[in-house]
Amino acid sequence: MLELQGVGSGYGRAQVLRDLDLRVDAGEILCLLGRNGAGKTTVMQTIMGLLLLMTGRITLDGADIGALPAHMIPRAGIGYIPQGRRLFPGLTVAQNLAVGMQTRNSPPEVLDEVLALFPRLRERMGQRAQTLSGGEQQMLATARALCLRPKVLLLDEPTEGLQPSMIEAIREVIVEMRDRGVAVLLVEQRIDAVLSIADRVAFIENGRNGETLPAAALQADRAIVDRYVGV
Amino acid sequence: MELGPYILLASIEGSVTAAVLALTAVGLSLVFGVMRVVNIAHGEFFMLGAVIAWFVAQALGAHPAVGFAAALIVAPLVVGAIAVAADVTILKRIDYDPERTIVATIGLLYIIQQLTLMGYGPDARPVEAPFNSRLAIPWWEWKDGALQMYWPWGLATTSYKLAVIGAAALVLLGVWAFMTHTRAGLLMRATQQDREMALAFGIPVERVYALVFGIGAGLAALAAVLIVPISQAHYLMGADPLLLSFIVVIIGGLGSLPGTVVAAILIGLSDGIVSVFFSPTLAKILATLLVALVLVFRPGGLFGTRQA
Repeated sequence: MLELQGVGSGYGRAQVLRDLDLRVDAGEILCLLGRNGAGKTTVMQTIMGLLLLMTGRITLDGADIGALPAHMIPRAGIGYIPQGRRLFPGLTVAQNLAVGMQTRNSPPEVLDEVLALFPRLRERMGQRAQTLSGGEQQMLATARALCLRPKVLLLDEPTEGLQPSMIEAIREVIVEMRDRGVAVLLVEQRIDAVLSIADRVAFIENGRNGETLPAAALQADRAIVDRYVGV
Repeated sequence: MELGPYILLASIEGSVTAAVLALTAVGLSLVFGVMRVVNIAHGEFFMLGAVIAWFVAQALGAHPAVGFAAALIVAPLVVGAIAVAADVTILKRIDYDPERTIVATIGLLYIIQQLTLMGYGPDARPVEAPFNSRLAIPWWEWKDGALQMYWPWGLATTSYKLAVIGAAALVLLGVWAFMTHTRAGLLMRATQQDREMALAFGIPVERVYALVFGIGAGLAALAAVLIVPISQAHYLMGADPLLLSFIVVIIGGLGSLPGTVVAAILIGLSDGIVSVFFSPTLAKILATLLVALVLVFRPGGLFGTRQA
């Protein structure tokens, strides 16, 4: 599905990622783990074309998307839920969702499906995004990305700062997407939450590949996790 | 005669200024709001609109209404197209960098101005108004225990000036409807609020920028076509609208369209009233003083929000 081969990327002249390989398949949750500053968010932004791809290839279903203009990448079927939500704050809930819907010209029934996952948003359609609670904002950020009917979903710390009930709701949606065949690339700091839903875990260290292991193996041996993300 | 009729007359004159200023400044505000580009060449797009209106009216040579109507369509389209070309060939190439775009639009200002001087010449030339009948303005006075209407001598305006106010109001309503009720307007507002996320949701930001730059310039040109039967077309006429537009945009709040319109009405009316009773220079001094006060006490403008 989505594959990164020998990817190098960074900010301006400062290279963060070096020779990075990753693959996430349909119906799979791949979790990216690493210390702060290891390059996890940089991976997401590079896939979305928001950072310059310096070396390597990024392919989606075999097609090279690394050379596409940034606005064409979501149109290819990649949904992005960034760290900090990054909603359009002055737009209403309905308008934020409309922006997601127009990305791939989704039919109206997609909106109904998405709102079925987040019924609370239906009650807030006319409300400006900036006036929502943190949990509702995360729901909206997730719903906005689902509106484009993604083949691949990139989630950057989706549970950051949320209360437990909201974390569970987001977790259920992620699992639901995986079960529908979406490839999910997840960056998350909460190790326990990650290991309970991820199929594989890829470690990243100083912008380079660490080990990639089945999540079940890490549950049995936490020493590897400690080695990559422990302080 | 009482003071009231003079204030009414000054207010009508001020409303004409406000209407044209609002159109011009909304274009500037739109460009800054969405693109974060301070367009120093905005006044030259205004001037180009007036000059093209003169050329169109001369070329058609028929009834003034025909030439004027054609200019209303042709000038904003041509100026908009020139602005789009400038966006693609200049602003896009410097990646819309805020500092470099200021220098680039200063260069654009001189290029447009000097090319106009070469092609159009240094003379100020009028475009005939499509209609211009004199309208006497009534006033009421309490006399002999009743309110009585009378027609003070010299208290009059023209049908064209009232039409300018009405046309500008209609266009501004159209801009508001476009921004709030169309898909293109939604994409522009999304781009304005978060450029990166706009890209991450498939919005072709560079195309949005070109469109916004074209619309902003087109609005300035349209304002110029409306005012040119009153003020004549001249190659240096862009300086005043640029200065006043900046004043209005700063007072209203950078990037805020409602704030821009309110500030244009405020500045336009005060300009009209102060100019009639005192002097146009004093009106400009007061407007500049108001900008200074806004910058000191409310740096984001009356309707602006603080930038992160």
